Amino acid sequence: MSSSLTFAYYPGCSGLGTSLEYDTSTRAICAALGVELVDIPDWSCCGSTPAHTVDHTLSSALSARNIAQAEELDVQGIITPCPSCLTNLKTASHRMEDEAFKEKVNKLLEKPVENKLPIMSVLQLLHEQVGVEKVAEKVVKPLEGLRLAPYYGCIMNRPPEVMNFDDCENPIAMDELMAALGADVAPFPLKVECCGASFGVARKDIVAKLSGKLLDAAEDVEAHAFVTACPLCQMNLDLRQSQVNSLTGSKHDMPVFYYTQLIGKALGLDAKSLQMDKLCVPPSKAFRKMEEAQQANAS
Amino acid sequence: MNIVSLSNSYDADFVDEVEKESKQNVSLCYQCGNCTAGCPYTSFYDIPVSQIMRLVQAGQRETVLSCKSLWLCATCESCTTRCPNEIDVARIMDVLRHMARRAGKAPEPQVKTFTDSFLASVEKHGRVFEMGLMVSYMTKTGRLMTDSDLAPKILPKGKLAFTPHGIVGKQEVANIFKRYNEERDS
Repeated sequence: MSSSLTFAYYPGCSGLGTSLEYDTSTRAICAALGVELVDIPDWSCCGSTPAHTVDHTLSSALSARNIAQAEELDVQGIITPCPSCLTNLKTASHRMEDEAFKEKVNKLLEKPVENKLPIMSVLQLLHEQVGVEKVAEKVVKPLEGLRLAPYYGCIMNRPPEVMNFDDCENPIAMDELMAALGADVAPFPLKVECCGASFGVARKDIVAKLSGKLLDAAEDVEAHAFVTACPLCQMNLDLRQSQVNSLTGSKHDMPVFYYTQLIGKALGLDAKSLQMDKLCVPPSKAFRKMEEAQQANAS
Repeated sequence: MNIVSLSNSYDADFVDEVEKESKQNVSLCYQCGNCTAGCPYTSFYDIPVSQIMRLVQAGQRETVLSCKSLWLCATCESCTTRCPNEIDVARIMDVLRHMARRAGKAPEPQVKTFTDSFLASVEKHGRVFEMGLMVSYMTKTGRLMTDSDLAPKILPKGKLAFTPHGIVGKQEVANIFKRYNEERDS
């Protein structure tokens, strides 16, 4: 069956490593929701933050090689789950609207880029093209009673003139998708505050302070878990939660899901594609609270 | 308090370079402080971002390019998003970092080493090899215990590969770096 939604898929380097479960669950829910993904052939790294802090032409060329590879495919656009990849691809594409800059970029490439394909996040595709209603229709195991703090991270929606998606201060796409699954979405005040980004290795004091603030705020709104769309945010909040606790004296024990894992769970997809066991803070505590709330509601 | 003598140290070329490379008009900044108010990194900065903007206007090349803040900006885009005069402040911070690098300055050496190790990994394999990046970072900084507390958490998950995910076109990616270096040096 050929799908009406066919997109070039850019997994990003972390999808092969530290965010394996994000990649796997993204592929699984896209298949379940009728989105056909065609992996960009022989994709390479976008350069992430390091590239743009060194040089903008180099950074754009690393992204543009992937856009050029996608241009060989019969697709409606490029999608990626990772906000860092997204911002690099979209910023490169945006800047290459300037012909002189595009020429500079093409000078670094083997195969010139045309720069015609639209680029968006998987979240944007699900929200705008698949639609919240279609996701709601497919729910077989509602997440009623699971109280979530929706955390988008800083760059999914910013700057608005480049990212062109949702609201730059108070995004709601993930809130609406989670509500469609039946979850209880907390009004989380720090949706777009930075978690400390890639400073975990070189300056973990920074991540401890900024991610610590997010964890405190999630507890303040009585969330059972975080739900996020960014591999780096997820890593800082989940894998580094123990470092945050030891550096700030806190005792957080908060699971941090990818939104794709929760969609997959509500859609009744198999455990293998959701890979909940890859999360460092065990998610069982949050699900237990969800079940307790469901039982209390039923009785 | 640092006192800057503007008449002796104003460097007009610096202002021109920043404006040309960032495609921004720095004189539009009227010091409202919105960028600093929203900056999550201000408490780690030696100079807040609004003051960096003012120092750029005042042509203070040495002070600006030597500051730590440039290396601690995560490009979270708060400043750019909230600037009432639509100045792309994060892009200016990026450009200042580029200039600081070219001037051989790196007051946060660990951040620079992480960046360099990351890009070296991309240049070599076409994609980032996370485990290799960490080893390279630890070797270059001598911080051999970096994140050793996390190893028991992440290794059993099978999320870190011990070998790089090389790509067929890795030479193409290496050539992007090669041409970039040639352009820069020419």
